[in-house]
Amino acid sequence: MIWLDTLVQGVLLGGLYALFAAGLSLVFGIMRLVNLAHGDLIVFAAYLILVGVTMLGLSPLVALIVAAPVMFGVGWLLQSLVLNRVLGKDILPPLLVTFGLSVTLQNGLLETFSADSRRIPAGTLEGASIDLGLVTVGVMPLLTFLSAVAVIVGLNALFYRTALGRAFRATSDDAVVAGLMGIEPKRVFAVATGLAMAVVTVAALYLGMRANFDPSIGPARLIYAFEAVIIGGLGSLWGTLAGGVIIGVAQTVGAAINPEWQILAGHIAFLVVLLVKPRGLFPRAVD
Amino acid sequence: MYRLTIRTRAGNATTIAVALLILIGLALPAVAPRSAIQDLFFILTMLTLAQLWNLLAGYGGLISVGQQAFVGIGAYAMFAGVILLGWNPVVAILFGGLAAFLLAIPFAYLAFRLQGAYFAIGTWVLAEVTRLLVAQWKTLGGGTGTSLPREATSAILGTDTIRALFGVRDAAARDILAYWLALVLVVAVTGGIYWLLRSRLGLALAAVRDNVDAAGSVGVDTGRLKWAVFLIAAVATGLTGGLVFMQTARISPDAAFALTDWTAYVIFIVVIGGIGTIEGPVIGVLVLFALRAALADYGSWYLMTLGVLAIAVMLFAPKGLWGLISARTGLHLFPVRRRLTGPKIEGGN
Repeated sequence: MIWLDTLVQGVLLGGLYALFAAGLSLVFGIMRLVNLAHGDLIVFAAYLILVGVTMLGLSPLVALIVAAPVMFGVGWLLQSLVLNRVLGKDILPPLLVTFGLSVTLQNGLLETFSADSRRIPAGTLEGASIDLGLVTVGVMPLLTFLSAVAVIVGLNALFYRTALGRAFRATSDDAVVAGLMGIEPKRVFAVATGLAMAVVTVAALYLGMRANFDPSIGPARLIYAFEAVIIGGLGSLWGTLAGGVIIGVAQTVGAAINPEWQILAGHIAFLVVLLVKPRGLFPRAVD
Repeated sequence: MYRLTIRTRAGNATTIAVALLILIGLALPAVAPRSAIQDLFFILTMLTLAQLWNLLAGYGGLISVGQQAFVGIGAYAMFAGVILLGWNPVVAILFGGLAAFLLAIPFAYLAFRLQGAYFAIGTWVLAEVTRLLVAQWKTLGGGTGTSLPREATSAILGTDTIRALFGVRDAAARDILAYWLALVLVVAVTGGIYWLLRSRLGLALAAVRDNVDAAGSVGVDTGRLKWAVFLIAAVATGLTGGLVFMQTARISPDAAFALTDWTAYVIFIVVIGGIGTIEGPVIGVLVLFALRAALADYGSWYLMTLGVLAIAVMLFAPKGLWGLISARTGLHLFPVRRRLTGPKIEGGN
């Protein structure tokens, strides 16, 4: 029973990692850009929600609805003003720019909000749990997982059923040819990054409600997100969810054996997948 | 008679100037105060790390965000050599280089399965794994770390001579020794890279950097080249790690495997100075040091400024400060390009 419980907790934790990863997966799928500041942007969004909740007195959900368009704007501006200038055949400039952004953002948050760890108050949700017969699960982890599934269903619907999604896929396949068909790749990229940042806001809400956070935790979230994307295979959003679940289960199983091994077990699972299937479990896009 | 040559007048002048600088550098502890020696130690070790990262990223196209793994393992192997095996710290530094070499083999095997940007984060994950594993090593203090024992730090090879020579205390003598070793290391690493780039291997590296497929088609073994560059950089990074932590004499996993100290600063040095040149990191490290001195009292503003500066450089001057200087003056202090020289061709321009 205890093992089943560990397994279920791991799967639900995987939902959180999939939320961290969905935006990264989206951006990489469309423009082959790895945003090293992704984790710090999650933390940034978490502070944005925190400000909404504590200073403006909004409920976390309302704060999310207010913060998401703001983050969309941040992503749109970031892509239009900075990242579009450095995208190209050479992968070095975008990597270094986002690395610079990561360090800048981390220290900017440190300067603004201090190193104290904070938490988004979630009211009665915090300790609530549901008895599912065999196992009891927390409401918050369950909500996280369901949100991850909802985000992925939503993104997939956008990708395969809308004109914008068609533009995304066309640009992903061949930006030049897409340009010939009247699509402006740079504008598509800006919308994609904006969308990724809106997803990041959802991830940030759960990051902030489930545990304490401080300005320095971004890079670790980026690593989990990245591992989920790689395990899942490039360009597959459901693969990203599977990747998140694998990391989550590995971490809870590792922690059940020895609390010191939690993080390590997640990384080891990633390395094992890398050894066995270097292109991930469900690769879709060709790198 | 036409000849292919790498030599330039500026290059020859640089060689002489550098030789003079090295001599001055060796004699400096006789006159310089201890704080200056410590500052120079910082500059020299950061310059070494920057030249090595530049070799990886600027010439080898391998953007690693996990070089802190080799600094850390080199430092820990040095501590293990001193504490567990009773070696002299200076000898144990070499053990650090060996440990980095041994770590680099599985590290590269896994990381080379990833391409481009994914390679970058893959190296980061591998460095994290290394840190978490080393933190489990209870004999060396586990997660909290440990210090070099007093009897080891006071009996480092050569400190007795330095004490007698300059009439300084134990700790200052250790700083001077560390500074000399750092000077030797930076000269060996920079000189080695310079030599490497002018050799056949360097030609192959430049070919791979410019076009992998074309390089492969003329017979360059790109896979082996990547391995060679990665292993060389790992060993020298491990030696630097051992040296840095011999000077501080105190270690912890968080300090030895710090992403900020051993990779972020290093990347900023190379990017701001100018990636893909030997001159770039030299300028970059001076900028870093000047900023550190100017912003020492402002905490996180220091890193924020560096981050913004790096972004600005990437956007507006992708070849860095040295790139700007070089483009304006045509100066190459460390020429690595092959040029055709000889009498002017008639009718040509």
